[in-house]
Amino acid sequence: MNEPGTDSVLRVEDLKVHFPVKVSLLESVGSVLHALASIARGNRGGTESTHRVVHAVDGISFAIRRGEILGLVGESGCGKTTTGRAVLRLAKPTGGRIFFEGRNIAEMKERELRGLRPRMQIVFQDPHAALNPTMTIGQSIQDPLLIRGGVTEAEAKEKTMHVMEEVGLTPATDLFDKFPADLSGGQKQRAVIGRAIILEPALVVADEPVAMLDMSVRARILELLLNLREKYGITFLLITHDLATAKFMCDRIAIMYLGRIVEIGPAEAIYRDPKHPYTKALITAIPIPEPGRQRRITLPRGEVPDAVSPPAGCRFHPRCPVALPTCGWEGRDFISHLEERRLDPTRAQADEGQLGLPEMWRSSGRTAERRQPSHDLFLIFVASWLVIAGISAVLYAAHLHSLGTYGFPFVGAGLSVPLASMGLALSLVSSLVALNLVWLRSWTEGWGVRVAVVDLLFSGYVALIPVTDAFRGVVALHLLIDGFAVYWLTRPFARLALLRRRRFSATREAAERTRRRLNDVVANAPLPMAQAIEDLHVDADTVTVRFRSPDPLKLKDVGDRQVECLLY
Amino acid sequence: MNEPVLVVQDLRVYYRTKRGPVKAVDGVTMELREGETVGIVGETGCGKSTLGKSILGLLPPGTEVSGSLTLRDRELLGLSPGEYRRLRGEELALIFQDPMTRLDPLMTIRAHFVETLRAHDRTMSRDDASERAVKVLRSMGVPDSRLDHYPHEFSGGMRQRIMIAMSLVLRPKVLIADEPTTALDVIVEAQILEIFKDLREAYSMSVLLITHNLGIVAEVCDRVGVMYAGKLAELGSVEDVFRRPIHPYTQGLLASTIHLGTKELKSIDGLPPSLMDPPSGCRFHPRCPFVKEVCSREEPAMVEFRPGHFAACHFGADFL
Repeated sequence: MNEPGTDSVLRVEDLKVHFPVKVSLLESVGSVLHALASIARGNRGGTESTHRVVHAVDGISFAIRRGEILGLVGESGCGKTTTGRAVLRLAKPTGGRIFFEGRNIAEMKERELRGLRPRMQIVFQDPHAALNPTMTIGQSIQDPLLIRGGVTEAEAKEKTMHVMEEVGLTPATDLFDKFPADLSGGQKQRAVIGRAIILEPALVVADEPVAMLDMSVRARILELLLNLREKYGITFLLITHDLATAKFMCDRIAIMYLGRIVEIGPAEAIYRDPKHPYTKALITAIPIPEPGRQRRITLPRGEVPDAVSPPAGCRFHPRCPVALPTCGWEGRDFISHLEERRLDPTRAQADEGQLGLPEMWRSSGRTAERRQPSHDLFLIFVASWLVIAGISAVLYAAHLHSLGTYGFPFVGAGLSVPLASMGLALSLVSSLVALNLVWLRSWTEGWGVRVAVVDLLFSGYVALIPVTDAFRGVVALHLLIDGFAVYWLTRPFARLALLRRRRFSATREAAERTRRRLNDVVANAPLPMAQAIEDLHVDADTVTVRFRSPDPLKLKDVGDRQVECLLY
Repeated sequence: MNEPVLVVQDLRVYYRTKRGPVKAVDGVTMELREGETVGIVGETGCGKSTLGKSILGLLPPGTEVSGSLTLRDRELLGLSPGEYRRLRGEELALIFQDPMTRLDPLMTIRAHFVETLRAHDRTMSRDDASERAVKVLRSMGVPDSRLDHYPHEFSGGMRQRIMIAMSLVLRPKVLIADEPTTALDVIVEAQILEIFKDLREAYSMSVLLITHNLGIVAEVCDRVGVMYAGKLAELGSVEDVFRRPIHPYTQGLLASTIHLGTKELKSIDGLPPSLMDPPSGCRFHPRCPFVKEVCSREEPAMVEFRPGHFAACHFGADFL
């Protein structure tokens, strides 16, 4: 940082905000079973953590000087809004420090924070949702004053009128008693801004203040923000996805990608000469209203990855056109490359013969691996079948027995009727679970089909026994659900299952062919994948590709700015 | 000059509401020629989406429609819903703004394509349909290994690629794209726009691109129509309209667009008018900086000020 800490209104150091991923009961049961299964088959390299979080903001540092407008620019999901909320403590930071006017507010208690709140305000994106529809515009704007207290109502009203004039809600006397529904979008946003500045804050976070407004009114609102900065010396953190707006408004800009700041520096310089490959891509991707301009650049492949498990090393490396072998290549990058190759039908066929379908590959960290299914895993599945089938069988039988219409060989004395009915219900629920799993299509899909098949066979068997119509009805329903589940699941997987069964020939020549194909695949990658490979292992059962570990990455000073990229 | 594929003649679409008719489209005349891409730009509520919907016959029942819409010499207004259904897909196709809500979450991508293809050709086998799906998806950059995945397993850009592939699989003549990239990020938007540019060559299709983003129009369109309050204010080649705009509204719109070269902010005074009770004369007159007395009295007609460059302004000649 090139500015003294005391000069900055806000200084953020290594800020992290992680959100837990909501997990359904079914998924949590599934992940426990998965963990058990992987322990049972003696998984090397430890089990994956079941505790998953969204890395919304993952270690960023920046400072905003007094009276400055800092732009936080990035695509949706890059963590810019979360950053804005975290610096106001509207989102709880997971780690790091936030110095607001010299005091660390990251760990501060809400009660303590309340004293600082008037100094930090926010302008929301959607003015239609940010105003209470049952309060008049005047009430909305003066509410913060009344909450803070220390003013009479007359004083509050006078001050409100003044602020309304300031933000261009004129004539203020007329608009004071209007409701939000009577105002246009631009006027509403003016009211939201008025509400934010009435307490004379030091910092205002403006979260996409014009994104919801029509082109012809945007300029006015941006002008207003610039005037307020000029007049009151308010410091702004401007969050936007629109680079043109950021360029026009900001003194400095921070470009965010997937929870990290990749480049930060003077706005003008960043646009004139972007350093980070992502910044370059972002700037060249904006459509410019100037006919005849030909964009002949290579756009980054694909889209922003999931923030639950962001790419290792530089987060932009899987899409980067100038990536290096040490940017953090992972097993999954190799698998997605295999997938991309399938866009070409002839290559797809050649790959399939030697390397199998992309679905047969598993990645874990830096390795990608194709393996034959192991038998112990199969045994666990069989055992779980038997347990489910057994419970189901006993309960059905007990139900029949307690009804007294049929004697079952295994059950001597009947169970009570409620218990037996419970059994029937349980059996139905298991079908529904199976069906649910089919739709979720998580890794648990294998379980879904197995549960369904067992249920199906057993229901069929029970359906043959002549009992009451009601009972037969339930069984029929059961059959129908299971049949549907099995139908849906098996169709797309039949091909994959067949391919999996095909043994890859164990001869040395075959292994050599596979190795050659692998080399060919990585050599044709548009990325430096070949040089990034640390180890390539081919034998009868398994093919393993392991990549090098990435070089450490941090924000580095490059001329007038900081960039997080190995190129510099 | 290529043949016109779609001709819109004095189209008027009035939505019926409790407070009176909303004149969403009020006398639009234009044509879409073979293999060209025409952009329709305008702000929220100018009637541009309604124009697209009326071409596709997707207006709510009870809407008053008059004028004429001809697709290759066939009148579209007054077709029965059944006839229209045949036309959609085979002749006319649509790409919506939000790809998430237009794919059935319970159907795989393969099922979407099989259903679409078999709805138009009963005799087509599932395997043939899948094969055609794979071909068109590959050309959109979606690998065949993802054919049996469900919509939620795809990212936004991938879903939009699938949507485009689905509208192309029947090889329609006219494609209406209503804000096709608004829900996407800039880089993905640029990827999709590249696809749009390629489409013209690969499928020789006519595209009507409805958007509020002038940058997109400049990038992919041949001609552009600027709509204001239910009417076309200006229509011409992208080159003419962007470099030498005639209508004051177009001038204002171009000036108020913030782009990387913006040095100074400009905006248009006032608010867009209500479509229920539009201003008399020229609809832009209350906001027009060059307004004269005649503007509030007489409605300006579309005049060809340059070859192929039309504008509805009494004083258009002054801006040449």
